Amino acid sequence: MIRVVLPHHLRTLAGVGREVQIEVPGTVTQRSILDALEASFPTLRGTIRDHDSAQRRPLVRFFACEEDWSNEAPDKPLPDAVAFGREPFFIVGAIAGG
Amino acid sequence: MSKVRVLVGTRKGAFILTSDGKRQNWEVSGPHFGGWEIYHMKGSPADPNRIYVSQTSGWFGQQIQRSSDGGKTWEAVENKFAYSGTPGTHLWYDGTPHPWEFKRVWHMEPSLTDPDTVYAGVEDAAIFKTADGGKSWEELPGLRTHATGNKWQPGAGGMCLHTILLDPKDPNRIFIAISAAGAFRTDDGGKTWKPINRGLHSQYIPNPTAEVGHCVHRIAMHRSKPNVLFMQKHWDVMRSDDGGDNWREVSGDLPTDFGFPIDVHAHEPETVYVVPIKSDSEHYPPDGKLRVYRSKSGGNEWEPLTKGLPQQDCYVNILRDAMAVDSMDSCGIYFGTTGGQVYASADSGDTWAPIVRDLPAVLSVEVQTLK
Repeated sequence: MIRVVLPHHLRTLAGVGREVQIEVPGTVTQRSILDALEASFPTLRGTIRDHDSAQRRPLVRFFACEEDWSNEAPDKPLPDAVAFGREPFFIVGAIAGG
Repeated sequence: MSKVRVLVGTRKGAFILTSDGKRQNWEVSGPHFGGWEIYHMKGSPADPNRIYVSQTSGWFGQQIQRSSDGGKTWEAVENKFAYSGTPGTHLWYDGTPHPWEFKRVWHMEPSLTDPDTVYAGVEDAAIFKTADGGKSWEELPGLRTHATGNKWQPGAGGMCLHTILLDPKDPNRIFIAISAAGAFRTDDGGKTWKPINRGLHSQYIPNPTAEVGHCVHRIAMHRSKPNVLFMQKHWDVMRSDDGGDNWREVSGDLPTDFGFPIDVHAHEPETVYVVPIKSDSEHYPPDGKLRVYRSKSGGNEWEPLTKGLPQQDCYVNILRDAMAVDSMDSCGIYFGTTGGQVYASADSGDTWAPIVRDLPAVLSVEVQTLK
Protein backbone atom coordinates (compact mmCIF):
# COMPACT_ATOMS: atom_id res chain seq x y z
CA MET A 1 0.00 0.00 0.00
CA ILE A 2 1.14 3.52 -0.75
CA ARG A 3 0.75 6.13 1.97
CA VAL A 4 -0.32 9.62 0.99
CA VAL A 5 -0.49 12.61 3.34
CA LEU A 6 -3.07 15.20 2.31
CA PRO A 7 -3.33 18.89 3.25
CA HIS A 8 -6.11 19.92 5.64
CA HIS A 9 -8.62 21.16 3.07
CA LEU A 10 -8.34 18.06 0.91
CA ARG A 11 -8.81 15.83 3.94
CA THR A 12 -12.08 17.55 4.81
CA LEU A 13 -13.16 17.48 1.18
CA ALA A 14 -12.49 13.74 0.86
CA GLY A 15 -13.73 13.02 4.38
CA VAL A 16 -10.52 11.27 5.43
CA GLY A 17 -7.79 11.60 8.04
CA ARG A 18 -4.30 13.01 7.64
CA GLU A 19 -2.99 9.98 5.78
CA VAL A 20 -4.69 7.66 3.31
CA GLN A 21 -3.47 4.31 2.01
CA ILE A 22 -4.12 3.32 -1.58
CA GLU A 23 -3.25 0.53 -3.99
CA VAL A 24 -1.12 1.80 -6.87
CA PRO A 25 -0.74 -0.62 -9.76
CA GLY A 26 2.59 -0.78 -11.67
CA THR A 27 5.48 1.59 -11.20
CA VAL A 28 4.94 4.05 -8.39
CA THR A 29 5.20 7.57 -9.81
CA GLN A 30 3.55 10.89 -9.06
CA ARG A 31 1.13 10.26 -11.91
CA SER A 32 0.21 6.72 -10.84
CA ILE A 33 -0.31 7.84 -7.23
CA LEU A 34 -2.56 10.73 -8.29
CA ASP A 35 -4.49 8.50 -10.69
CA ALA A 36 -5.15 6.01 -7.90
CA LEU A 37 -5.92 8.73 -5.38
CA GLU A 38 -8.49 10.38 -7.67
CA ALA A 39 -10.05 7.01 -8.47
CA SER A 40 -10.48 6.32 -4.76
CA PHE A 41 -11.64 9.84 -3.91
CA PRO A 42 -13.35 11.41 -6.95
CA THR A 43 -13.98 14.70 -5.12
CA LEU A 44 -10.23 15.31 -5.32
CA ARG A 45 -10.31 15.48 -9.12
CA GLY A 46 -9.25 18.93 -10.22
CA THR A 47 -7.98 19.95 -6.78
CA ILE A 48 -4.37 18.78 -7.11
CA ARG A 49 -3.89 18.93 -10.88
CA ASP A 50 -5.84 20.27 -13.80
CA HIS A 51 -8.69 18.08 -15.07
CA ASP A 52 -7.48 18.02 -18.66
CA SER A 53 -3.80 18.95 -18.80
CA ALA A 54 -2.93 17.10 -15.54
CA GLN A 55 -0.62 20.02 -14.70
CA ARG A 56 0.00 20.44 -10.98
CA ARG A 57 -1.95 23.37 -9.56
CA PRO A 58 0.46 26.24 -8.90
CA LEU A 59 0.05 26.33 -5.10
CA VAL A 60 0.30 22.58 -4.60
CA ARG A 61 3.66 20.85 -4.03
CA PHE A 62 4.77 17.21 -3.80
CA PHE A 63 7.40 15.87 -1.39
CA ALA A 64 8.94 12.41 -0.98
CA CYS A 65 11.69 11.42 1.43
CA GLU A 66 12.23 15.07 2.41
CA GLU A 67 12.82 16.12 -1.19
CA ASP A 68 10.69 18.41 -3.34
CA TRP A 69 9.42 16.42 -6.29
CA SER A 70 7.05 19.10 -7.54
CA ASN A 71 8.97 19.84 -10.70
CA GLU A 72 10.09 16.32 -11.46
CA ALA A 73 8.62 14.47 -14.45
CA PRO A 74 5.28 12.93 -13.41
CA ASP A 75 6.34 9.50 -14.68
CA LYS A 76 9.71 9.38 -12.86
CA PRO A 77 9.71 6.47 -10.39
CA LEU A 78 9.48 7.61 -6.78
CA PRO A 79 11.99 6.36 -4.16
CA ASP A 80 11.64 2.77 -2.96
CA ALA A 81 10.76 4.02 0.54
CA VAL A 82 7.56 5.51 -0.89
CA ALA A 83 6.93 2.62 -3.30
CA PHE A 84 7.14 0.10 -0.43
CA GLY A 85 5.08 2.20 1.98
CA ARG A 86 7.86 2.96 4.46
CA GLU A 87 7.55 6.71 3.77
CA PRO A 88 4.45 8.67 2.75
CA PHE A 89 4.07 10.77 -0.37
CA PHE A 90 3.25 14.30 0.78
CA ILE A 91 0.80 16.57 -1.03
CA VAL A 92 1.24 20.04 0.42
CA GLY A 93 -0.65 23.29 0.03
CA ALA A 94 1.84 26.14 -0.33
CA ILE A 95 2.11 28.42 2.68
CA ALA A 96 0.79 31.62 1.14
CA GLY A 97 -2.13 33.98 1.36
CA GLY A 98 -4.34 34.86 4.31
CA MET B 1 -45.82 29.73 10.15
CA SER B 2 -43.37 31.00 7.57
CA LYS B 3 -39.66 30.82 8.14
CA VAL B 4 -36.72 32.63 6.60
CA ARG B 5 -33.37 31.10 5.72
CA VAL B 6 -30.45 33.38 4.85
CA LEU B 7 -27.54 31.84 2.94
CA VAL B 8 -24.30 33.70 3.52
CA GLY B 9 -21.13 33.06 1.52
CA THR B 10 -17.91 34.42 3.04
CA ARG B 11 -14.18 34.44 2.40
CA LYS B 12 -13.76 31.61 4.89
CA GLY B 13 -16.85 29.46 4.70
CA ALA B 14 -20.64 29.33 4.39
CA PHE B 15 -23.16 30.22 7.07
CA ILE B 16 -26.90 29.58 7.25
CA LEU B 17 -29.09 31.83 9.39
CA THR B 18 -32.67 30.89 10.18
CA SER B 19 -35.51 32.70 11.87
CA ASP B 20 -39.27 32.57 12.11
CA GLY B 21 -41.43 35.06 10.28
CA LYS B 22 -40.82 37.75 12.88
CA ARG B 23 -37.15 37.81 11.92
CA GLN B 24 -36.00 38.95 15.34
CA ASN B 25 -34.12 35.94 16.68
CA TRP B 26 -31.63 34.18 14.46
CA GLU B 27 -29.91 30.85 14.66
CA VAL B 28 -26.52 30.64 12.98
CA SER B 29 -25.21 27.41 11.50
CA GLY B 30 -21.66 27.14 10.20
CA PRO B 31 -19.03 27.52 9.10
CA HIS B 32 -19.76 25.00 6.40
CA PHE B 33 -16.68 24.32 4.23
CA GLY B 34 -14.55 26.27 6.74
CA GLY B 35 -11.56 28.02 5.24
CA TRP B 36 -12.86 27.92 1.66
CA GLU B 37 -14.13 30.95 -0.22
CA ILE B 38 -17.86 30.66 -0.77
CA TYR B 39 -18.58 32.93 -3.70
CA HIS B 40 -22.28 32.14 -3.83
CA MET B 41 -24.95 29.81 -2.54
CA LYS B 42 -28.55 29.73 -3.66
CA GLY B 43 -31.61 27.57 -3.13
CA SER B 44 -33.90 26.21 -5.81
CA PRO B 45 -37.24 28.04 -6.07
CA ALA B 46 -38.76 24.71 -7.13
CA ASP B 47 -37.41 22.82 -4.09
CA PRO B 48 -36.09 25.08 -1.31
CA ASN B 49 -34.27 22.20 0.37
CA ARG B 50 -32.04 21.94 -2.69
CA ILE B 51 -29.16 24.38 -2.27
CA TYR B 52 -26.15 24.83 -4.55
CA VAL B 53 -22.84 26.25 -3.38
CA SER B 54 -19.80 27.56 -5.22
CA GLN B 55 -16.81 26.67 -3.04
CA THR B 56 -13.42 27.85 -4.27
CA SER B 57 -9.80 28.07 -3.23
CA GLY B 58 -6.73 29.65 -4.74
CA TRP B 59 -4.88 26.46 -3.79
CA PHE B 60 -7.30 23.69 -4.69
CA GLY B 61 -9.64 25.18 -7.29
CA GLN B 62 -13.37 24.89 -7.69
CA GLN B 63 -15.87 22.68 -5.90
CA ILE B 64 -19.64 22.61 -6.26
CA GLN B 65 -21.61 21.41 -3.25
CA ARG B 66 -25.25 20.43 -3.22
CA SER B 67 -27.66 19.93 -0.36
CA SER B 68 -31.02 18.20 -0.61
CA ASP B 69 -32.04 18.82 3.01
CA GLY B 70 -31.82 22.57 3.39
CA GLY B 71 -28.12 22.69 4.23
CA LYS B 72 -27.89 19.98 6.90
CA THR B 73 -25.78 17.68 4.74
CA TRP B 74 -23.78 18.27 1.58
CA GLU B 75 -22.60 16.33 -1.41
CA ALA B 76 -19.76 17.40 -3.71
CA VAL B 77 -20.87 17.20 -7.33
CA GLU B 78 -19.00 17.74 -10.59
CA ASN B 79 -16.38 20.48 -10.46
CA LYS B 80 -15.21 20.36 -14.07
CA PHE B 81 -16.13 23.42 -16.13
CA ALA B 82 -14.63 22.91 -19.58
CA TYR B 83 -15.12 25.59 -22.21
CA SER B 84 -16.69 24.30 -25.38
CA GLY B 85 -14.25 23.83 -28.28
CA THR B 86 -11.03 25.82 -28.46
CA PRO B 87 -11.59 28.76 -26.12
CA GLY B 88 -9.57 31.40 -27.98
CA THR B 89 -8.63 34.70 -26.41
CA HIS B 90 -10.07 37.83 -24.83
CA LEU B 91 -8.18 41.00 -24.00
CA TRP B 92 -5.97 41.22 -20.93
CA TYR B 93 -5.68 44.34 -18.75
CA ASP B 94 -2.93 45.69 -21.02
CA GLY B 95 -4.98 45.16 -24.15
CA THR B 96 -3.08 42.11 -25.40
CA PRO B 97 -4.85 38.83 -26.28
CA HIS B 98 -5.10 36.43 -23.34
CA PRO B 99 -6.33 32.83 -23.42
CA TRP B 100 -9.66 32.08 -21.81
CA GLU B 101 -8.97 30.26 -18.50
CA PHE B 102 -11.54 28.96 -16.03
CA LYS B 103 -10.90 30.34 -12.55
CA ARG B 104 -14.06 30.03 -10.43
CA VAL B 105 -17.83 30.10 -10.30
CA TRP B 106 -19.15 33.49 -9.20
CA HIS B 107 -22.88 32.92 -9.31
CA MET B 108 -25.29 29.99 -9.31
CA GLU B 109 -28.84 30.49 -10.54
CA PRO B 110 -31.18 27.54 -10.07
CA SER B 111 -34.04 27.15 -12.53
CA LEU B 112 -37.40 28.54 -11.46
CA THR B 113 -39.11 25.23 -12.16
CA ASP B 114 -36.62 22.34 -11.98
CA PRO B 115 -34.37 21.70 -8.96
CA ASP B 116 -31.87 19.78 -11.09
CA THR B 117 -31.31 22.61 -13.55
CA VAL B 118 -28.87 25.34 -12.59
CA TYR B 119 -26.96 28.01 -14.47
CA ALA B 120 -23.45 28.95 -13.36
CA GLY B 121 -21.68 32.21 -14.18
CA VAL B 122 -17.92 31.80 -14.21
CA GLU B 123 -14.62 33.66 -14.49
CA ASP B 124 -13.27 33.93 -17.22
CA ALA B 125 -16.72 34.95 -18.34
CA ALA B 126 -18.98 32.20 -19.59
CA ILE B 127 -22.27 30.59 -18.64
CA PHE B 128 -22.64 26.89 -17.90
CA LYS B 129 -25.71 24.78 -17.28
CA THR B 130 -26.44 21.51 -15.53
CA ALA B 131 -29.68 19.61 -16.05
CA ASP B 132 -28.78 16.71 -13.75
CA GLY B 133 -28.33 18.41 -10.41
CA GLY B 134 -24.65 19.22 -10.92
CA LYS B 135 -23.41 15.80 -12.08
CA SER B 136 -22.22 17.45 -15.30
CA TRP B 137 -21.84 20.99 -16.58
CA GLU B 138 -22.02 22.15 -20.17
CA GLU B 139 -21.22 25.56 -21.49
CA LEU B 140 -23.76 27.59 -23.43
CA PRO B 141 -21.01 28.71 -25.81
CA GLY B 142 -23.05 31.20 -27.81
CA LEU B 143 -22.29 33.85 -25.23
CA ARG B 144 -18.51 33.52 -25.03
CA THR B 145 -18.23 33.09 -28.79
CA HIS B 146 -20.25 36.23 -29.49
CA ALA B 147 -18.50 38.33 -32.14
CA THR B 148 -17.38 40.80 -29.46
CA GLY B 149 -15.93 38.09 -27.14
CA ASN B 150 -12.33 38.62 -28.21
CA LYS B 151 -12.68 42.29 -27.19
CA TRP B 152 -13.91 41.66 -23.64
CA GLN B 153 -11.58 42.75 -20.82
CA PRO B 154 -11.56 41.95 -17.10
CA GLY B 155 -12.61 44.41 -14.45
CA ALA B 156 -10.47 44.83 -11.34
CA GLY B 157 -12.05 41.72 -9.79
CA GLY B 158 -11.47 39.54 -12.84
CA MET B 159 -13.54 38.87 -15.95
CA CYS B 160 -16.50 37.43 -14.15
CA LEU B 161 -20.03 36.59 -15.16
CA HIS B 162 -21.71 37.59 -11.92
CA THR B 163 -25.40 38.15 -12.66
CA ILE B 164 -27.92 35.71 -14.12
CA LEU B 165 -31.61 36.68 -14.23
CA LEU B 166 -34.19 34.19 -15.46
CA ASP B 167 -37.32 35.70 -16.94
CA PRO B 168 -40.28 34.20 -15.04
CA LYS B 169 -42.62 34.84 -17.96
CA ASP B 170 -40.42 33.56 -20.78
CA PRO B 171 -38.24 30.48 -20.12
CA ASN B 172 -36.17 31.25 -23.22
CA ARG B 173 -35.13 34.68 -21.99
CA ILE B 174 -32.09 35.10 -19.71
CA PHE B 175 -30.19 38.26 -18.80
CA ILE B 176 -26.54 38.13 -17.72
CA ALA B 177 -23.87 40.67 -16.85
CA ILE B 178 -20.10 40.52 -17.09
CA SER B 179 -17.44 42.78 -15.60
CA ALA B 180 -16.28 44.45 -17.72
CA ALA B 181 -18.05 43.45 -20.93
CA GLY B 182 -21.56 44.57 -20.02
CA ALA B 183 -25.05 43.10 -20.12
CA PHE B 184 -26.30 40.48 -22.57
CA ARG B 185 -29.65 38.81 -23.27
CA THR B 186 -30.71 35.59 -24.90
CA ASP B 187 -34.22 35.05 -26.27
CA ASP B 188 -33.66 31.47 -27.39
CA GLY B 189 -32.69 29.67 -24.19
CA GLY B 190 -28.99 30.48 -24.42
CA LYS B 191 -28.14 29.59 -28.01
CA THR B 192 -27.54 33.18 -29.12
CA TRP B 193 -26.92 36.33 -27.13
CA LYS B 194 -26.92 40.01 -27.86
CA PRO B 195 -25.29 42.89 -25.97
CA ILE B 196 -27.88 45.12 -24.29
CA ASN B 197 -25.84 48.16 -23.37
CA ARG B 198 -27.46 50.99 -25.34
CA GLY B 199 -27.74 54.05 -23.15
CA LEU B 200 -24.82 53.14 -20.89
CA HIS B 201 -22.09 55.75 -20.73
CA SER B 202 -18.70 54.78 -19.29
CA GLN B 203 -16.10 57.50 -19.33
CA TYR B 204 -13.27 55.13 -18.49
CA ILE B 205 -13.35 53.26 -21.81
CA PRO B 206 -12.07 54.56 -25.17
CA ASN B 207 -15.58 54.83 -26.62
CA PRO B 208 -17.89 55.68 -23.69
CA THR B 209 -20.98 54.41 -25.52
CA ALA B 210 -19.41 51.27 -27.02
CA GLU B 211 -21.51 48.16 -27.64
CA VAL B 212 -19.45 46.26 -25.04
CA GLY B 213 -16.83 47.12 -22.42
CA HIS B 214 -19.04 48.52 -19.65
CA CYS B 215 -18.36 47.50 -16.08
CA VAL B 216 -21.84 46.42 -15.01
CA HIS B 217 -21.82 45.52 -11.32
CA ARG B 218 -25.30 44.08 -10.89
CA ILE B 219 -28.76 43.88 -12.48
CA ALA B 220 -32.05 43.25 -10.68
CA MET B 221 -35.67 42.72 -11.73
CA HIS B 222 -39.05 42.24 -10.13
CA ARG B 223 -40.75 38.97 -11.00
CA SER B 224 -43.97 40.67 -12.06
CA LYS B 225 -42.22 43.04 -14.48
CA PRO B 226 -39.35 41.19 -16.15
CA ASN B 227 -38.99 43.87 -18.82
CA VAL B 228 -38.05 46.44 -16.20
CA LEU B 229 -34.41 46.08 -15.20
CA PHE B 230 -32.38 48.05 -12.71
CA MET B 231 -28.59 48.21 -12.97
CA GLN B 232 -25.83 49.32 -10.67
CA LYS B 233 -22.98 50.10 -13.02
CA HIS B 234 -19.41 50.89 -11.93
CA TRP B 235 -20.69 54.46 -11.81
CA ASP B 236 -24.38 55.21 -12.51
CA VAL B 237 -27.63 53.56 -11.52
CA MET B 238 -29.59 52.73 -14.66
CA ARG B 239 -33.05 51.55 -15.62
CA SER B 240 -34.49 49.81 -18.67
CA ASP B 241 -38.19 49.45 -19.47
CA ASP B 242 -37.73 47.29 -22.54
CA GLY B 243 -35.77 44.24 -21.41
CA GLY B 244 -32.42 45.97 -21.67
CA ASP B 245 -32.75 47.29 -25.22
CA ASN B 246 -32.41 50.85 -23.91
CA TRP B 247 -31.15 52.21 -20.60
CA ARG B 248 -31.50 55.56 -18.91
CA GLU B 249 -29.79 56.89 -15.84
CA VAL B 250 -31.84 57.07 -12.62
CA SER B 251 -29.06 58.00 -10.18
CA GLY B 252 -30.98 61.20 -9.45
CA ASP B 253 -30.18 62.60 -6.02
CA LEU B 254 -27.94 59.79 -4.74
CA PRO B 255 -24.88 61.10 -2.86
CA THR B 256 -22.68 58.96 -5.13
CA ASP B 257 -23.82 56.58 -7.83
CA PHE B 258 -20.90 54.17 -7.48
CA GLY B 259 -21.75 50.90 -5.78
CA PHE B 260 -22.13 47.17 -6.20
CA PRO B 261 -25.50 45.60 -5.24
CA ILE B 262 -28.98 46.61 -6.33
CA ASP B 263 -32.27 44.89 -5.53
CA VAL B 264 -36.03 45.32 -5.85
CA HIS B 265 -38.71 45.07 -3.14
CA ALA B 266 -40.59 41.75 -3.23
CA HIS B 267 -44.05 43.34 -3.56
CA GLU B 268 -43.40 46.81 -4.96
CA PRO B 269 -41.81 46.65 -8.42
CA GLU B 270 -40.86 50.35 -8.35
CA THR B 271 -39.11 50.20 -4.97
CA VAL B 272 -35.38 49.78 -5.44
CA TYR B 273 -32.41 49.57 -3.05
CA VAL B 274 -28.74 50.48 -3.53
CA VAL B 275 -25.81 51.08 -1.19
CA PRO B 276 -23.79 54.06 -2.40
CA ILE B 277 -20.02 53.69 -2.09
CA LYS B 278 -17.69 56.68 -2.12
CA SER B 279 -15.80 55.98 -5.33
CA ASP B 280 -14.02 53.38 -7.43
CA SER B 281 -10.82 54.31 -5.61
CA GLU B 282 -12.33 54.30 -2.11
CA HIS B 283 -14.56 51.28 -1.62
CA TYR B 284 -16.39 52.37 1.51
CA PRO B 285 -19.49 54.43 2.33
CA PRO B 286 -19.20 58.22 2.06
CA ASP B 287 -18.49 60.03 5.34
CA GLY B 288 -18.17 56.73 7.25
CA LYS B 289 -21.99 56.39 7.28
CA LEU B 290 -23.52 53.12 6.13
CA ARG B 291 -26.68 54.11 4.33
CA VAL B 292 -28.98 52.05 2.14
CA TYR B 293 -30.83 54.25 -0.32
CA ARG B 294 -34.37 53.43 -1.33
CA SER B 295 -36.32 54.78 -4.26
CA LYS B 296 -40.08 54.22 -4.28
CA SER B 297 -40.41 55.73 -7.72
CA GLY B 298 -38.22 53.38 -9.73
CA GLY B 299 -35.21 55.66 -9.45
CA ASN B 300 -34.24 59.34 -9.49
CA GLU B 301 -35.69 60.19 -6.07
CA TRP B 302 -33.82 58.37 -3.31
CA GLU B 303 -34.09 58.43 0.49
CA PRO B 304 -31.35 57.37 2.91
CA LEU B 305 -32.22 54.53 5.29
CA THR B 306 -30.08 54.81 8.39
CA LYS B 307 -32.02 53.60 11.42
CA GLY B 308 -29.95 50.84 13.04
CA LEU B 309 -27.02 51.19 10.64
CA PRO B 310 -23.67 52.63 11.82
CA GLN B 311 -23.55 56.36 11.10
CA GLN B 312 -19.95 57.01 12.01
CA ASP B 313 -16.57 55.40 11.41
CA CYS B 314 -17.97 52.72 9.12
CA TYR B 315 -15.66 51.75 6.25
CA VAL B 316 -16.95 48.42 5.00
CA ASN B 317 -17.95 47.54 1.45
CA ILE B 318 -21.00 45.66 0.24
CA LEU B 319 -20.22 43.36 -2.67
CA ARG B 320 -22.43 42.82 -5.69
CA ASP B 321 -24.01 39.51 -4.68
CA ALA B 322 -24.42 40.47 -1.04
CA MET B 323 -27.96 41.88 -1.01
CA ALA B 324 -31.26 40.01 -1.14
CA VAL B 325 -34.93 40.34 -0.24
CA ASP B 326 -37.41 37.90 1.27
CA SER B 327 -41.05 37.64 0.21
CA MET B 328 -42.77 37.88 3.59
CA ASP B 329 -45.81 40.19 3.70
CA SER B 330 -43.61 42.85 5.23
CA CYS B 331 -40.67 42.57 2.87
CA GLY B 332 -37.29 41.84 4.45
CA ILE B 333 -34.09 43.32 3.04
CA TYR B 334 -30.68 41.81 3.83
CA PHE B 335 -27.10 42.71 3.03
CA GLY B 336 -23.66 41.55 4.12
CA THR B 337 -20.48 43.57 4.48
CA THR B 338 -16.80 43.00 4.02
CA GLY B 339 -16.58 43.56 7.78
CA GLY B 340 -18.55 40.38 8.42
CA GLN B 341 -21.88 41.84 9.45
CA VAL B 342 -25.20 40.82 7.94
CA TYR B 343 -27.83 43.50 8.42
CA ALA B 344 -31.54 42.86 8.04
CA SER B 345 -34.65 44.94 7.93
CA ALA B 346 -38.05 43.31 8.40
CA ASP B 347 -39.91 46.47 7.39
CA SER B 348 -38.75 47.21 3.85
CA GLY B 349 -35.68 49.11 5.03
CA ASP B 350 -37.19 51.49 7.58
CA THR B 351 -35.21 49.96 10.46
CA TRP B 352 -32.16 47.70 10.50
CA ALA B 353 -30.30 45.43 12.89
CA PRO B 354 -27.31 43.12 12.50
CA ILE B 355 -28.44 39.50 12.53
CA VAL B 356 -24.83 38.33 12.80
CA ARG B 357 -21.85 40.59 13.11
CA ASP B 358 -18.47 38.88 13.24
CA LEU B 359 -18.30 36.61 10.22
CA PRO B 360 -15.46 36.63 7.70
CA ALA B 361 -15.88 39.12 4.85
CA VAL B 362 -19.26 38.49 3.23
CA LEU B 363 -19.23 37.68 -0.49
CA SER B 364 -22.87 36.80 -1.03
CA VAL B 365 -26.28 36.83 0.63
CA GLU B 366 -29.38 35.00 -0.57
CA VAL B 367 -32.71 34.58 1.19
CA GLN B 368 -35.27 31.81 1.11
CA THR B 369 -38.81 32.36 2.35
CA LEU B 370 -40.06 28.97 3.55
CA LYS B 371 -43.59 27.87 4.28
